[in-house]
Amino acid sequence: MKILLVAECREGRLQANINDLLGFAAKADAESALFLVGTQEELPKFAGTLYLADSSTYGEYNPEIHKQLLLDTIDTVKPDMVIFSHSSYGWDLAPRIAFALKAAQISEVVDFVDGKPIAPVCNAKLRRTVAPKTAVTILTLQAGAFSLAEEPTTTPTVEAISTTATGKIEFSGYQQADIGGVDLSKAQVIVSAGRGIGKPENIAIIEGLAKALKGEYGASRPVVDSEWAEHNRQVGTTGQTVSPKLYVACGISGAIQHLAGMKKSEFIVAINTDKDAPIGEVADVLLIADLKQFVPILTDKILAM
Amino acid sequence: MNILVCIKQVPDMESKFKVNAEGCWYDSSDLAWRMNEYDEYAVEQAVQLKEQTGADLTVLCIGPDRVKETMKKALAMGCDRGIHVTDAESFDKDPFAIASIIAKFAEQKSFDMIFTGMQSQDRGSAQVGVLTAEMLGIPSITTIVSFAFDAGQITVQRELEGGVKAMVKAPLPALVTCQLGLNTPRYPTLPNIMKAKKKELVVTPVADLLGVAVLQETLSLYFPEKKGGGVVLEGDSAELADQLIAILKEKTAVLA
Ligand SMILES: Cc1cc2nc3c(=O)[nH]c(=O)nc-3n(C[C@H](O)[C@H](O)[C@H](O)COP(=O)(O)OP(=O)(O)OC[C@H]3O[C@@H](n4cnc5c(N)ncnc54)[C@H](O)[C@@H]3O)c2cc1C
Ligand SMILES: Nc1ncnc2c1ncn2[C@@H]1O[C@H](COP(=O)(O)O)[C@@H](O)[C@H]1O
Repeated sequence: MKILLVAECREGRLQANINDLLGFAAKADAESALFLVGTQEELPKFAGTLYLADSSTYGEYNPEIHKQLLLDTIDTVKPDMVIFSHSSYGWDLAPRIAFALKAAQISEVVDFVDGKPIAPVCNAKLRRTVAPKTAVTILTLQAGAFSLAEEPTTTPTVEAISTTATGKIEFSGYQQADIGGVDLSKAQVIVSAGRGIGKPENIAIIEGLAKALKGEYGASRPVVDSEWAEHNRQVGTTGQTVSPKLYVACGISGAIQHLAGMKKSEFIVAINTDKDAPIGEVADVLLIADLKQFVPILTDKILAM
Repeated sequence: MNILVCIKQVPDMESKFKVNAEGCWYDSSDLAWRMNEYDEYAVEQAVQLKEQTGADLTVLCIGPDRVKETMKKALAMGCDRGIHVTDAESFDKDPFAIASIIAKFAEQKSFDMIFTGMQSQDRGSAQVGVLTAEMLGIPSITTIVSFAFDAGQITVQRELEGGVKAMVKAPLPALVTCQLGLNTPRYPTLPNIMKAKKKELVVTPVADLLGVAVLQETLSLYFPEKKGGGVVLEGDSAELADQLIAILKEKTAVLA
């Protein structure tokens, strides 16, 4: 089996998710080639051929141009599978390639067993084993699902690629994340509020427990999107990555994008009314309780100590 | 201007799921159904664009009879008409087949702007939007968190990892896939719910629009094995609190 791995570069920096791609290649035990729109200055370590388009010519991600560069490379390499990260780059580009090749695409793959991809269903409460029915298959990999035991040290053989393709979509720059306010990454204890708090007034319950534990309060994305908490309190892939001594998730289901931001915490407590909530996968203690009742009682007991 | 928004009906994610008899999807009985969360943002943005431009707005949903309830919410939010593509087997269709149905419908209507959700909460493929645009040969932009239309062109922000946003422009016709937080989806008011009852809901059998076979199949659906040695505690709140305090004292240094 032959696979083509699609690595990513942003503002001249090779993105770390290349390790997931290499981890997948190792697990699938396949002959692999690498595709990258990037720079000679920051070449990935890879034992094989790297098809490299120069990002100083092609600029930052442009779906129509990257699509053509990748289709040309697929034409040369003739892979059985094309592998992306399930990232803002991968989930944008992969379906364009899938359509051009009329290939089955399986998204957010978490495992690869007996040659069959496995993907999450319903907020990771369920999984499915998928059988693609096309000659070429496209996969996007969930972040962190395939890790690399040993990073390669080899320098790849570089094949320069180019295209004259243009597109209708125009990129005009980045807006960096606002930083400032609380730095959750320094907190020893974080108590986070999820949608399960029900209404904005209940942030006070979460903040109360955080204070009793001499920590900070954080939040999941819906709480921030509803403007019940500031963005700098959001934990997850599009918020902060934290690793406190204690993380208490209150009314948080445990979507992968939230877990990515907190699963390295030393000790995790989850308070949830749903016994099957995926947060249970990472929690050291899962308390089945209504947070509105339970958290104030817990806070009072801690304050009375 | 002519706008299309595509919505999917999904189960409430807090439901207790069961695997169906065939073993390849979840059982659809005893579930509470709602609009895919991402699609609420798509509907809201489409309604805002309609309000800005006076455009005509169609909402489309492929699924069994029960999806009409979800379509009524979209109509009450401000869509002008619904296209219900009836398909009792829509759960079995892959993103390629679903996109081809939408594209086949959209082809005949020449929409200037199409909105979809970034992904569906149950299947979570994040493919239908982009595939539909590729089939129609129009530009598509994914994961948008801001949207503006002016002088035949859209200006949007795409959300990237780590909270960085990319500013992107495209001419119409175009398709965007909507991310959480794009706007604040409105709640349908009672008068609008009443008005929605009178709006046109066209029923189209899926056979009229389906021209392709699926490219993939689900072989089996199952619950992941519970990993990790986490303890699960249940019971009276005061007792639970004492238990938890004891555990925190033993296992962490935060209560010392
Ligand atoms: C590209 C992308 C990036 C994302 N980035 C992030 C991110 O950075 N951070 C993030 O958090 N999410 C992110 N998300 C969103 C993520 O997928 C989930 O939608 C989100 O994390 C869900 O938040 P939640 O757990 O608070 O809400 P829900 O999933 O709605 O869960 C609420 C939970 O509360 C429980 N509950 C309800 N009532 C009570 C009660 N009274 N007591 C106790 N428990 C109760 C329920 O059982 C449920 O488990 C991202 C999504 C995408 C697609
Ligand atoms: N059955 C359906 N009917 C109408 N639109 C759909 C359907 N399934 C998916 N979509 C649209 O495609 C988006 C992405 O879905 P998916 O590719 O399944 O993650 C959803 O947010 C909807 O806007």
